Amino acid sequence: MARLTINGRSLEVNVNPNTPLLWAIREQVGLTGTKYGCGVAQCGACTVHVDGVAVRSCVMPVAAVAGKKITTIEGLATGSVLHKVQKAWLDHEVPQCGYCQAGMIMAVAALLKDKPKPTDADIDARITNICRCGTFQQVREAIHAAARA
Amino acid sequence: MILKTPKINRRSFVVGSAAVGAGLALGLKIPFGASVVRAQDGSPEITAWVVIRPDDTVVIRIARSEMGQGTLTGLAQMVAEELECDWSKVKTEYPTPGQSVKRKRAWGDFSTGGSRGIRDSHQYVREGGATARTMLVQAAADAWKVSASECSAANSVITHSPSGRTTTYGKVAEAAAKLTPPAKVALKDPKDWKLIGKSVKRLDTMDKLTGAQVYGFDLKLPGMLNAAIKDCPVFGGKVKSFEAAKVKGMPGVRQVLPVGDSAVAVVADTWWEAKTALDALPIVWDEGPNAKVSSATIAEMLKAGLDVDQAFVANQNGDVKAAIAGAAKKVEAVYAYPFQNHAPMEPMNATARYTADRCEVWVPTQNGEAAFAATLAASGLPADKCEVYKINLGGGFGRRGAFHDYVTQAVLIAKQVPGTPVKLLWTREEDMGHGRYHPVMQCKLVGAFDAGNNLTGLHMRLSGQSILSDVRPEALQAGKDPLVFQGLNPGGDFGIGYSVPSLLIDHAMRNTHVPPGFWRGVNINQNAIFLECFMDELAHAAGQDPLEFRRKLMSKHPKHLAVLNAVADRAGWGKPAPQGVHRGLAQMMSFGSYVAACAEVSVSGGNKVKVHRIVAATDCGYAVNPAQIERQIAGSFVYGLSGLFMQECTVKDGHIEQTNFHDYDSMRIAQMPKVEAIVMPSGGFWGGVGEPTICVAAPAVLNAFFAATGKRLRTVPLKHHGIQLV
Repeated sequence: MARLTINGRSLEVNVNPNTPLLWAIREQVGLTGTKYGCGVAQCGACTVHVDGVAVRSCVMPVAAVAGKKITTIEGLATGSVLHKVQKAWLDHEVPQCGYCQAGMIMAVAALLKDKPKPTDADIDARITNICRCGTFQQVREAIHAAARA
Repeated sequence: MILKTPKINRRSFVVGSAAVGAGLALGLKIPFGASVVRAQDGSPEITAWVVIRPDDTVVIRIARSEMGQGTLTGLAQMVAEELECDWSKVKTEYPTPGQSVKRKRAWGDFSTGGSRGIRDSHQYVREGGATARTMLVQAAADAWKVSASECSAANSVITHSPSGRTTTYGKVAEAAAKLTPPAKVALKDPKDWKLIGKSVKRLDTMDKLTGAQVYGFDLKLPGMLNAAIKDCPVFGGKVKSFEAAKVKGMPGVRQVLPVGDSAVAVVADTWWEAKTALDALPIVWDEGPNAKVSSATIAEMLKAGLDVDQAFVANQNGDVKAAIAGAAKKVEAVYAYPFQNHAPMEPMNATARYTADRCEVWVPTQNGEAAFAATLAASGLPADKCEVYKINLGGGFGRRGAFHDYVTQAVLIAKQVPGTPVKLLWTREEDMGHGRYHPVMQCKLVGAFDAGNNLTGLHMRLSGQSILSDVRPEALQAGKDPLVFQGLNPGGDFGIGYSVPSLLIDHAMRNTHVPPGFWRGVNINQNAIFLECFMDELAHAAGQDPLEFRRKLMSKHPKHLAVLNAVADRAGWGKPAPQGVHRGLAQMMSFGSYVAACAEVSVSGGNKVKVHRIVAATDCGYAVNPAQIERQIAGSFVYGLSGLFMQECTVKDGHIEQTNFHDYDSMRIAQMPKVEAIVMPSGGFWGGVGEPTICVAAPAVLNAFFAATGKRLRTVPLKHHGIQLV
């Protein structure tokens, strides 16, 4: 049993405390926007925010995040108003298959919180998510656009 | 990629679609009170491709699968162009394979591979739109009791010009659906296109930004259980035994099941519980006859094929042996390309529900019909008792087209838990170890020059795997696999761009126990490295500029030459590059399109390669949505350069050694070059887009690496040479 605060809601999840946060979010809470890609913190498809910090949830035990504020892709927008990263993603038509994009967007939103005007070098250092379709050119454009917004 | 479903006769299909698709087969027989085919919400179909709701919403049916490449939007543009509907009111939906069977393939081929979503269906989807428009206009004319020739349609509004009366598609849809479709419709002249050729926004972006989009792996059904699976690590091996009792008491575990004779699955309440129990399950494998095979033994087998006499010939002119024997100068090189996995971001998965008289499968697939065939075979039920629902794909790249091993497994599991839907999800490790791999190939090339440094002969000997011999042996041509020669044929969709006085391109087939598969681009990828890097070698051996050297051999191939010239011009070939930056070129014809790239790289410390900029040109005949084509071009360099620098699946003791992205890496944003796409459709033909550009990525960069260092790298991936992409 663990108590998690996800997207502003406090929830009891009935899992072994070693269960990765990713699977608690997907299978207990039922939010499936956060993806499994590798299970070993390589690809970033499972990125969520824990107390505002981008975290790869596939290797984060539930026990380690009890009481912390977790935000998933479903909680990034404010009601029907898209987050500026989502808006830039829409304007620049970033996604192809889209599977990695929730993690990518969450990583970028955390970056912009720390560095509102990131340089290309900042982007290179902080955005290490894998995208097999190859959306990186649009990702970079959209990050700069979101920073200007 | 060319997938498994047989080609249909397009002409007979078009006739069939007009009659059956419009739901008017009955209407033809019963002139009054014709029956209308209705969508689930009750709205009438006008043709198989078009449903119109009373509120003027236009639902366009898409048979091909959207996996990121944009075909859903492109195909909708093509229907809408002829339909003359309001684009802002367009929605799309996938017909199911079961419906397709019932309606005699009203939507044609579902297969989404070989870059043919648009190039193979452009005619009949446009006709589906034009037929519907004609019927809607006729219905309005009938209501007004005027001639249809006095009416016109635009933006979902029909206007009777003499009287100025107007109506909308939604208002006449019911009447239109009852009409007999015209036997023939004329399509617009390309110069009159308003929507085709326009970079309209994709129709499917929003849900990908909010987490709302449901991929196969996100599917939820009432009462659903979850399964994790392990197949024998050695291809061709079997399960000897497993100790179910050891894990049956673990949390959530419902069943521990054999799947076929080579795999074991755990079914549990949640997937994480299933996976945890599976990891704890003792399994003994019978690794079978391939347990001693390694990358080294495979490489030896291929090497032997480089010099044997028996080989399948695909392209031959002149007398290459005589040209080589009489050469004033001879150049020779051997290249090699490895096994590679597709590694789409979404691991393989399928959900199945089985009862004695119905089997349903939900699956992200590039080919709904092939998934349907796998469902029938695994369930043992006839077509009218099966259905497949296509779910969005988290990438495909060929893995989810011809092969539905995960569907077979899901059905075999569901059969053991009848009545309960079970979602099977592979781990990344299972995905890495049980792919359908990019085939291995070696190539020996020999070029012959006369005393004037003119190329007189070229022999390319390929030695390696055939995909068709494994996947579709009935498609071999007297033993020859024509797909091996992509980009090297005398003509067609994969025609070579050079004329050499004496030429021989042949293939010594050497198959392995590692199953090969279609892969984004597949054989064109290694063929482009072999041919285009060797052309660079030949140019240097002749002391000539690589561009000028190619141009002399390309005078009979103007479209190949045009894209090459375009990238050379844009990149500034022949003019000084920035300090420390070096350029390389490549061109190819691939999936009916002409592609070329000029790469600009710098190399530091002898092994750190930075790809600064790539100029890439595509002539795909007609460009339906240029913005999406640009994205496919840019993305092709991510897939292609990841393969060049980082990716090999090595074989040890019969199994694939790599297990996850830590040892099978993929390019990150820091390594992404600036890609400048030149979309230059010359008209008159329909070429593919999703795959063609991949093939020029590697050779353009390899040739630039040579320009920078004077070193030729002839085996992939470059990490084995100590080279890093930075």
